[in-house]
Amino acid sequence: MSLASLDQERRKREGGESIPWGRWGMRGIALSYLFVLLIIPLVVIFQDGLSQGLGGLWHQVTLPIAWASLKLTLWTSAVMTLINSVMGTMTAYVLVRYNFPGKSVLNSIIDLPLAIPTLVTGVMLVILFGPQEALGAWAQRTLGLSIIFAPPGIILALLFITFPFVVRAVQPVLLSLDRAQEDAAATLGASAWPIFRRVTLPPLVLPLMTGALLSFARAIGEFGAIVIVAGNIPFKSQTAAVYVLGEVESENRLGASAVSIVMIAIAFGLIIVVDLLQARRNQGVA
Amino acid sequence: MKPAERENTAKPVGRAGVWIRRVLITIVMAYVGFLILAPIVALAIGAFSKGFGAILSALSQPDVIHAFGVTLLISLVVVVVQMIFGTIVAWVMVRDRFPGRKLINGLIDMPFALSPVVVGYMLLLLFGRNGLLAPVLTAFNIRVVFALPGMILATLFVTLPFMIRELIPMLEAFGVQQEQAAATLGANGWQTFWRVTLPALRWGFIYGVTLTFARALGEFGAVLVVGGGVQGRTETATLYIYRALEERQYVGAYSAALLLGLFSLALVMGTDLLRRRERT
Repeated sequence: MSLASLDQERRKREGGESIPWGRWGMRGIALSYLFVLLIIPLVVIFQDGLSQGLGGLWHQVTLPIAWASLKLTLWTSAVMTLINSVMGTMTAYVLVRYNFPGKSVLNSIIDLPLAIPTLVTGVMLVILFGPQEALGAWAQRTLGLSIIFAPPGIILALLFITFPFVVRAVQPVLLSLDRAQEDAAATLGASAWPIFRRVTLPPLVLPLMTGALLSFARAIGEFGAIVIVAGNIPFKSQTAAVYVLGEVESENRLGASAVSIVMIAIAFGLIIVVDLLQARRNQGVA
Repeated sequence: MKPAERENTAKPVGRAGVWIRRVLITIVMAYVGFLILAPIVALAIGAFSKGFGAILSALSQPDVIHAFGVTLLISLVVVVVQMIFGTIVAWVMVRDRFPGRKLINGLIDMPFALSPVVVGYMLLLLFGRNGLLAPVLTAFNIRVVFALPGMILATLFVTLPFMIRELIPMLEAFGVQQEQAAATLGANGWQTFWRVTLPALRWGFIYGVTLTFARALGEFGAVLVVGGGVQGRTETATLYIYRALEERQYVGAYSAALLLGLFSLALVMGTDLLRRRERT
């Protein structure tokens, strides 16, 4: 580390003098806000769910209906993450490497899902794929596939909502890659797929994993779109979030808290992994 | 187009390259068209199926207007609170060093992955009828659950990361030199903050507000659990859409969904347009 950056680091630490109420005041306000808004509710739910010990929690989580809802949530999210990783990377590649009419329109469409309330996403998908609608009836008749009130609808909703995550994670890294290596490989006679796999893909793995894990984390908790698209059929289309809602409404506190705690643990675990991956990436760059 | 982008796109090599290019572009276009555009078009068609008049009369029902009013009110309060506290939290995360900072950095992203239903339920456990704070609330006669305060708290929880995550990189890039220069020239703490720090963070604020607002407008699970969706009282726009669907008032549900979607879209696209105009 150079002297200048050491100096900067020191100033950063002491930078508080120019700020109203001083450093301690700011720190106090920030930490109190996070404490009241985030930490107290989390502590309360853990206390509630563990009120009958780990055994009580485990019993609630392994009830067949609860267990089935967690499994459905996890496998639909995993399928979505897989599809999203492939299609997201492909979309980023096409956006970075090719010029074609409609490219800038495509680029702005990617972010649309971030701006659309997920409940509205659910309504859209029901209109398009509902059993009484044209496309839904067609899928039912010719493919024997029900989409709405079934896992395919859940996966479609999750794909819609998380589409930007992988694309926006991979795109900037792909943009910053030097094309010289790919061109060299091509000149030496390598064909397109080996070039992509051996030269282009390796630096994309870290951002791709970040984007994929983010979409998975986001999918585990998704509620608005799924409650519309999947309905609430136990063992068939009831996800964990919808199960928690049912238990809250029927005042089964322990059941609601137990499944909530499992969801919180998964969410927090994934967030930590994403943070670590991002830290590693930043180190790689510096 | 940025120069870096131009260098990155090259003429496809050979005949195979031309084909790969065509196939990839077609697949991506088809995927985006099927996954993103088709549902949006379907909603517009669904809403307009009974004509424009039906949309207008569905949206001018008093309970629909009230629901959109509640949504706007909650969103505005949340945006203001998040601007104030988000700025403070971001500043502390960038400029301050204290034990546990890394853990808190992770906690800030938590609401992003946590189910809104769980968020609403946590608030019920705290403020509900049998909640931890129930004695205090009844003593002072404060209603949090099934009322606006609870819904605002829920939306605050859910939107927590947006403002902070927009501001942190801006604060990091901005550095302390300019603030120190202002201080050297005799500006006091507030003057430095208002005249130097805030203007430099302008775009962080604009994006933070946009994302917070859009997320607040669309919040559903948390306000459903905590607010109960009492028609004409705690019913927000999303809760109205949900009820209308269950009551099979499809034109009402589709019209409200279209209006809410368009509102969020206009918000986000407007910000993008503003940004593009400033760049050129």
